[in-house]
Amino acid sequence: MASFIRSIVSPKLLSTMKNSKSLNKVINRNYADQMSFTFVSANQTFYTNQSVKQVDVPSLNGSFGILPNHVPILAVLKPGVITVHEDDGSLKKVLVSSGTVTVNDDSSVQILAEEAHSLDKFDLQAANEALREAEQKFNSATGETEKAEAQIAVEAGQAIVAAISSP
Amino acid sequence: MWAHNAMLQPIIRHQQSRGMATLKAISIRLKSVKNIQKITQSMKMVSAAKYARAERELRQAKPYGEGSTVFYEKIKPEEKQESTPSGQKLLVAVTSDRGLCGAVHTTVARQIRNELNEAGDNVKVICIGDKSRAILQRLYGKNIVLVCNEVGRKPPTFLDAARIAEQISQYEFSSGKIVYNRFKSVVSYVTSELPLYHKDTVSTSPNITAYDSLDDSVVQSYLEFSLASMLFYTLKEGACSEQSSRMTAMDNASKNAGEMIDKLTLTFNRTRQAVITRELIEIISGASAL
Repeated sequence: MASFIRSIVSPKLLSTMKNSKSLNKVINRNYADQMSFTFVSANQTFYTNQSVKQVDVPSLNGSFGILPNHVPILAVLKPGVITVHEDDGSLKKVLVSSGTVTVNDDSSVQILAEEAHSLDKFDLQAANEALREAEQKFNSATGETEKAEAQIAVEAGQAIVAAISSP
Repeated sequence: MWAHNAMLQPIIRHQQSRGMATLKAISIRLKSVKNIQKITQSMKMVSAAKYARAERELRQAKPYGEGSTVFYEKIKPEEKQESTPSGQKLLVAVTSDRGLCGAVHTTVARQIRNELNEAGDNVKVICIGDKSRAILQRLYGKNIVLVCNEVGRKPPTFLDAARIAEQISQYEFSSGKIVYNRFKSVVSYVTSELPLYHKDTVSTSPNITAYDSLDDSVVQSYLEFSLASMLFYTLKEGACSEQSSRMTAMDNASKNAGEMIDKLTLTFNRTRQAVITRELIEIISGASAL
């Protein structure tokens, strides 16, 4: 019986151990370099020249992840969630309205957001209501700029609702 | 008649300076100086509270300003006057509407005036705050293209900065500067400047090739946003130095008013004593004459 259990358990355990080991190796190799990460918004400061593993940002040209030694890039944020993978493995999700991302050749990353709030501060019901309101405004908008403004509000609302409802 | 008046004038003045001012006049002055001191003291208290808030907010905004300038330091754009046909230079003066705060606004305006004296006509000036306009208007009124009012009553927000940036981006310019007061400590600030670049200057700069996937619209939006964030940062710096400078200015004013009050009280008491003595002498000499 015991040997039976061992025969079932041990290969599995062994394989998971192997996997995690190899994973560790990969992580060590990939994240050898440090990233100097700055993330500020007009209302609060999240990171200043701190080291993090990875940052996922939503930009107008599509979402992308930033690892250390990312190729230098400029991008403009669109409403959505920035996910920061911190060094200790924890995730931090922050919702941003708009802003810029700068990745420099010395592996320093600057994210300047117009407004940003941690995701756990949002209320799904209020967000849904705001989205409905924005959609109404969009439907009743007549002028060119009015329509564009309402569209931006709808996009931001959709991003907020999507971000909260997804775990 | 006029000749007569002209002769009379020095005599009156002479009389006033010779004799001691009357008690009434001194007490009126004393009262007004005391009122002024009360006002300056409360203004100091108000600006101390506002300063505390501005300083707190500035600490927030500091990484913002640093973050927005890193990119420009990295790419090292070269300024070429001929690169754009307009060749216009843009100067942004970050001041506010409110005075009584030492030389905060004057130093910004002076820097811009020096700039204008050198560069001549091809310079546009944007005044944020009424004070810089008031200083620059008389001599350089034709250079001023935009004035922003209602700055300084409330702490600046990002929305304010974004609005100003939107207005500024309507003007064509090849290069520019934001002149503002950088806050150092409660008692000191430095007038400094942040460079502004045209899109073409940025996209032709030597180190820009390191950056991946740059298209025109990205650079354009990036520059617009970075202009707003730089303005936001400079507005915060300006507001903080203004409040701290107003605090010191009002403190000095209260101190000077205190000195004046001391002197005036002394003169008042002396004069009162003199009046009493004179009346006594009159009474005594009158009595002895009987």
